[in-house]
Amino acid sequence: MSRVVLWLGLGFLWAPVLLMAGFAFSDARQPFVWGGFSWRWFVALAGNERLLEAAALSVLVAAGAATLAVLAGGAMGWVLARQGAFRGRAVFGALAAAPLVLPEVVSGLALLLLFVALERLTGWPEGRGVLTLLLAHASLGAAYVAVVVQGRVAGMGPLLEEAAADLGANAATVFRTITLPLITPSLVAGWGLAFLLSFDDVVLASFTSGPGATTLPLLLFSQLRMGATPEAHALAVVMLGLAGAGLCLWQFWRRRRLPVGA
Amino acid sequence: MIRAAASAWLALLVAVPLLVVGVIAFAVPDQGLPPFRLPIVEGRWVGGNESWGVLTADDFYLAALLRSLIVAGATAGLCLALAYPMALGMLCLAPARRPLALAMVVLPLCIGFVLRMAAWVGLLRDSGPLNQALLAMGVISAPIQLLYSTTGLLLGMVHSYLPLALLPLYAALAARDVRLEEAAADLGAGPFTVFRSITLPGSVQAAGAAFLLVFIPAAGEFVIPALLGAPDALLAGGAIWQEFFTARDWPLAAAASIALLTALLPPLLLWQRLGQRG
Repeated sequence: MSRVVLWLGLGFLWAPVLLMAGFAFSDARQPFVWGGFSWRWFVALAGNERLLEAAALSVLVAAGAATLAVLAGGAMGWVLARQGAFRGRAVFGALAAAPLVLPEVVSGLALLLLFVALERLTGWPEGRGVLTLLLAHASLGAAYVAVVVQGRVAGMGPLLEEAAADLGANAATVFRTITLPLITPSLVAGWGLAFLLSFDDVVLASFTSGPGATTLPLLLFSQLRMGATPEAHALAVVMLGLAGAGLCLWQFWRRRRLPVGA
Repeated sequence: MIRAAASAWLALLVAVPLLVVGVIAFAVPDQGLPPFRLPIVEGRWVGGNESWGVLTADDFYLAALLRSLIVAGATAGLCLALAYPMALGMLCLAPARRPLALAMVVLPLCIGFVLRMAAWVGLLRDSGPLNQALLAMGVISAPIQLLYSTTGLLLGMVHSYLPLALLPLYAALAARDVRLEEAAADLGAGPFTVFRSITLPGSVQAAGAAFLLVFIPAAGEFVIPALLGAPDALLAGGAIWQEFFTARDWPLAAAASIALLTALLPPLLLWQRLGQRG
């Protein structure tokens, strides 16, 4: 029974995606209409400078936000796992988890109002754009990184670090030679998660981005509200291909690192 | 030192923004940019309750909030009904094949949220493939409206939130003690009895947490209802969006945000308790 539902569920997840990818090869001007085989929408996609610029900006913002998120979220996760019951830990934990559960419209509105209030009081940030967007995405990503890192730090226990300290390593050396290598996988996973969250975000970007900082999801969303173009289909094929290739690479890397049986 | 830095980050990007929303909710709308007068001037309180009056003047906003909670409940229920057996089905697979199954769940997400919704918009149109197929099969005689309807909205919501319920449920069910089920089967219990008396009671908390994990963000969802839902059935996320971007009534948007958060507080606290015990 559960296997049948598994296949049904996977079919439900895949059907719209595969149909969309299939119609990318249609010659018709309207989306989801078959008009014979054609590559024209891929050609059109490659020549669509606005879309390519938005994609490049999205990658840049996502990479920057993910990097910031790893720094902030890594620190948050470490504090939550290692600092015990300090004063205000409950508040700290609640604030660290808040972006995970706050509705996006509320987070977006709150961050925007913060930036407006800050600009009023200090003159910074001047208007809204890439910088405010980066901070908004980093604050969301950091919450996810914190969860991943906290789990990892709590799971590995303090023994190895204590042993290194007993053997005479100072705090910086312990961190560099023991802690950092052990938490690197969780930092990488957190970075990837934060990257994807940023790369996929419409709502936070709508509030905190400004003119001249249109990310790919923002552009696609506004185009979709006007009526989508078949170029979006071609883009879906490209994304699916990239993700599939990434997945294969990851599998390959995992197999090499973990010999059979490990 | 690290704690101080992390605390400063959280204060600036989480605590202060929420406090600002709380303050602006009592501001008075005004012309200009930003379109309100601050409720505190030189340490004196000059705010007003206009926004709260508008919110509670008639049941327009209350109805939007209720509709959001109903849509979120239906979404979370459907996600749970699909995700629970799917997670069990994945665990029936040989351990070596499970990563592939997980990849099959995650991979469709990779085309991006907006493009997935674009796929649904195209599929559900009156002239779209779904209506064409139903017409060709003779199930319907005229195209039925799927796009901009509750059906379309729920399809998009479940498609978008299903992995969010599936992944934690999979992790929780994978960690269960299978020996208990084997013992029950050895003692003569049929598959249904094993499920009802062992598997289900052992995973109720995880299922509840998965339900809430979908329910909470779904209640504030804006993008999916805007693209797939009926335009006359305003939801809470859409109300906040409209007040902010279209009506430019920032204090009202802030007050509506606080109302939404208040409504979500009980499920949030419940989710936190389930998470701690589970």
